[in-house]
Amino acid sequence: MVPSLKLHDFMEEIRGAKTQAQEREVIQKECAHIRASFRDGDPLQRHRQLTKLLYVHMLGYPAHFGQMECLKLIASPRFIDKRVGYLGAMLLLDERHDAHLLITNSIKNDLSQGIQPVQGLALCTLSTMGSAEMCRDLATEVEKLLLQPGPYVRKKAILTAVHMVRKAPELSDIFLPLCAKLLHEHHHGILLGTITLIMELCERSPAALRHFRKVVPKLVQILRTLVTTGYSTEHSISGISDPFLQVQILRLLRILGRNHEKSSETMNDLLAQVATNTDTSRNAGSAVLFETVLTIMDIHSAAGLRVLAVNILGRFLLNSDKNIRYVALTSLLKLVKSDHSAVQRHRPTVVECLRESDASLSRRALELSLALVNSSNVRSMTQELQAFLESCPPDLRADCASGILLAAERFAPTKRWHIDTILHVLTTAGTYVRDDAVANLTQLIGGAQELHAYSVHRLYHALAEDISQQPLVQVATWCIGEYGDFLLENCEETEPLQVEEEEVMALLEKVLQSHMSLPATRGYALTALMKLSTRIQGDTEAAILEKMPLVEHGGPQTDEEAKESRDDTAPVPTEPQTSKLLDLLNLLDDTSGDTQQPPSLNPSPEGALVHLLDLPCAPPPPAPIPNLKVFEREGVQLNLSFTRPPGTPALLLITVTTTNSSEDEVTHFICQAAVPKSVQLQLEAPSGNTVPAQDGPPITQLFRILNPNKAPLRLKLRLTYNHFGQSVQEIFEVNNLPVKTWQ
Amino acid sequence: MAMQFMLLFSRQGKLRLQKWYVPLSDKEKKKITRELVQTVLARKPKMCSFLEWRDLKIVYKRYASLYFCCAIEDQDNELITLEIIHRYVELLDKYFGSVCELDIIFNFEKAYFILDEFLLGGEVQETSKKNVLKAIEQADLLQENRIRITARVSMGGLRKNLY
Repeated sequence: MVPSLKLHDFMEEIRGAKTQAQEREVIQKECAHIRASFRDGDPLQRHRQLTKLLYVHMLGYPAHFGQMECLKLIASPRFIDKRVGYLGAMLLLDERHDAHLLITNSIKNDLSQGIQPVQGLALCTLSTMGSAEMCRDLATEVEKLLLQPGPYVRKKAILTAVHMVRKAPELSDIFLPLCAKLLHEHHHGILLGTITLIMELCERSPAALRHFRKVVPKLVQILRTLVTTGYSTEHSISGISDPFLQVQILRLLRILGRNHEKSSETMNDLLAQVATNTDTSRNAGSAVLFETVLTIMDIHSAAGLRVLAVNILGRFLLNSDKNIRYVALTSLLKLVKSDHSAVQRHRPTVVECLRESDASLSRRALELSLALVNSSNVRSMTQELQAFLESCPPDLRADCASGILLAAERFAPTKRWHIDTILHVLTTAGTYVRDDAVANLTQLIGGAQELHAYSVHRLYHALAEDISQQPLVQVATWCIGEYGDFLLENCEETEPLQVEEEEVMALLEKVLQSHMSLPATRGYALTALMKLSTRIQGDTEAAILEKMPLVEHGGPQTDEEAKESRDDTAPVPTEPQTSKLLDLLNLLDDTSGDTQQPPSLNPSPEGALVHLLDLPCAPPPPAPIPNLKVFEREGVQLNLSFTRPPGTPALLLITVTTTNSSEDEVTHFICQAAVPKSVQLQLEAPSGNTVPAQDGPPITQLFRILNPNKAPLRLKLRLTYNHFGQSVQEIFEVNNLPVKTWQ
Repeated sequence: MAMQFMLLFSRQGKLRLQKWYVPLSDKEKKKITRELVQTVLARKPKMCSFLEWRDLKIVYKRYASLYFCCAIEDQDNELITLEIIHRYVELLDKYFGSVCELDIIFNFEKAYFILDEFLLGGEVQETSKKNVLKAIEQADLLQENRIRITARVSMGGLRKNLY
């Protein structure tokens, strides 16, 4: 039989294991020894066995069979046993386990035995995992220790009281009367603990809050002493005397001074002193100054003091330390409503912070900047924000876009500026705007008669450059439909560029046919086409009929099949629809002469018209590419299905479907992909990131791949998810992509 | 208004210390640990030390190969929490003499003992470095000492500690 390992040897062997399975094996073997030793091994070795078990517990393995051993060790008279036993109790036991109550007696014994390190262990454990019940049982013991003179145990007893009050608030009555006196102690640990205890009591009871207002002068005195005494090696950090204690005092002063004139007055001078004299060359000083600012802003301070506080935050914004800029931005955001004009003074600095490389800082800078926009600065602020919109990280785009639009709505100096601003947002970040942006803009344009020509020209040009951003496309096509006649004339406010009818029609067709256009967008385009046929004189019908859809096809195979299906779709059932469309055109078009009978139309226009109707439906399907299973592990499967939409030969759509036939659900599923440099990849948001067990609803995700150079396609996938209690990461290349996906 | 938990983990995401000051089930602790480790490890080196996670504020700092990560509540001061982390590292450094990750792995129980002399129930209990180190020293002496610590007869008290 393999002998039991010493602690450090055990650790070495675990660390030497090359696979998870190997590690498990080593641990299982040793745990068997540990169990045996617990059952009938040498009690003097028990602490060593438990230490091994605690190590294994940290690695994530079960250790519940050690719980009773903790109890035995705590009850032992040896210090090493108690040390490990109490540690075990803190790690393995908590109030959910019935066993936890069993240590109450041991703790009681240890607290009353008068051996300081042992009392320390007991208090520590009680304050870490003591349940309400335990706290009630042991309150008297803790109270006794709070009153005895030795600072080592006393400071721990005070903080244990804090925990007890949190768990069993009725115990406040025991500890409240003892606090005021404790403030006269000199030991920093005792003072710190007492202040923490007073804070806890005040937060729980308005009566306690009123009671403790009387200690404000004492607190002021302690803080003043700290701030004015010279350097004390024992408690100073970077020349600041005991910043931990200073911060705690300032917090308590905040609680006591809030909504109370008299207390606020008592602390005013001191706060001003701390605010002006604290050296902030290192973090410790900044921490104290930060707490001071928070206190000043929360109590009834003099106006001048408040301005000083906001200015300190403004200074923090210029600090080279990112962390300090972060807390400054967060605090200014909280103050922007109550002290708006004071914060406005720091607007230029806030705007600078938009350029932060750290996203959590730029996010706060964005929120703050948006809150600072008003009618006098709206033009310059919008400029800054639009510049930010162009380069900001994707997860901030939506907030930035809607923020700009909202600000524009509230403070736009002119309608034209407003339209320009919205247009700019739609072109820069169109996919991120909210749904009502389209409706808002159409209403705005509609209502600004003098700007119709200007709007349609600008929108036309924007649309001509990019038809992918749906909100922009929708607004532009609507506008062209409404005011398209203006396009044929020059507009003095934009570049002199006259547009031909055919160009307009071609553009609208392009929108109609593009697979990127949503059904709603196609609706807009169709409507626009029909409206234009009344507004623009000329051979509209012929123009429309002529241009229909000479769709490009990918390869010879698809060409043939498309031709076949085109012929197939020219049969009788569609004719009634054909005639309806023609009739509609004729109804609208007053100038066009003859009504043409549907059957007598020559084949090509008819075939072409049929395609006009077909377009909103799926175009003739090319030869399907077979699905591909690319991954399988413990019941989790990934399947890829491919589509090459006709009309866009460079585009490949891959649908990734993740299924789960195992007994356990898959959660936190994330799939990432990489492709060769010459290929462009766009991942859409997945349908979710959980797949329930036993073939629950799968996750689907769409990949768009643009491969204009027809480079051989390679695809690397990275999966992370949780399954059977383990976190799984898999990285692999899909080797057998069909050639049809890229040729 | 206190620290809810402190985690120490390596750059590979291996946990080296976990101190929980709020009662949570093992399952919940594992979930939180996994998610938080992933979140922190995904941060770029130049990013600030603070992040918002669920309804907590996370303060983290990397020292060599170890991440020190604390969860504090909304009212707590992030900057002073950085000082708490730094003080703990200084204590470990003084105790082990130029501490490295291996020291904390192989003497994890000592790392806990030191932490428990500095923080109690999630609050700072002692602001003097000297006092904390003295307390640990005394406890270590008591542990190694063969003198009985209670009036009762201890079993095998003469056997040498082979630690």
